[in-house]
Amino acid sequence: MLSIVSQIALAAIGIAFLLNLWRLVKGPDATDRILALDTMTINAIALIMLLGIVLGTTVYFEAALILAMMGFVGTVALCKFLLGGDIIE
Amino acid sequence: MMDATLSEIVVSVLLLVGAGFALVGSIGLARMPDFFTRLHAPTKATTLGVGGIVVASLVFHSTRGAGLSLKELAISLFLFITAPLAGHLLGKAALRNTRKD
Repeated sequence: MLSIVSQIALAAIGIAFLLNLWRLVKGPDATDRILALDTMTINAIALIMLLGIVLGTTVYFEAALILAMMGFVGTVALCKFLLGGDIIE
Repeated sequence: MMDATLSEIVVSVLLLVGAGFALVGSIGLARMPDFFTRLHAPTKATTLGVGGIVVASLVFHSTRGAGLSLKELAISLFLFITAPLAGHLLGKAALRNTRKD
């Protein structure tokens, strides 16, 4: 039962990844692309946790934690660049 | 056998709920018409979905491995703290961009 459910969850997260990638390529503004990258980071954390469940190992928690931290720092840095990057202020 | 089946059911329900919420958030990100409505979908639904998957992983590894493992709660707590901050900054940047032109 758990194997079937984990396959369904992997498929759902994969479709979510594809939708985020579509928004990342198509997005009309820079903030859309930053939002798509942030959502892709969160989905990558979900994918890593699913991989830990499927493989039955606990090695990947630190990778997910570091990905959460780096994703947040990257989003904040890009937003700060957009907020203070223009010369005419 | 009964105990293992119960934990499997709990993990399966949490996994399905989490993956469904993550998928709904990404569909909202792809299909909404405006940026601010697009910002609304993934900052809440995707965070809740990842929280569900993280709690499912916690239950799975706690019932299978050696003892309670609370390291996943750190990831979940960090995500729940940082997602509103990132959403707020993104909204501020988009508001600045739309007000400029």
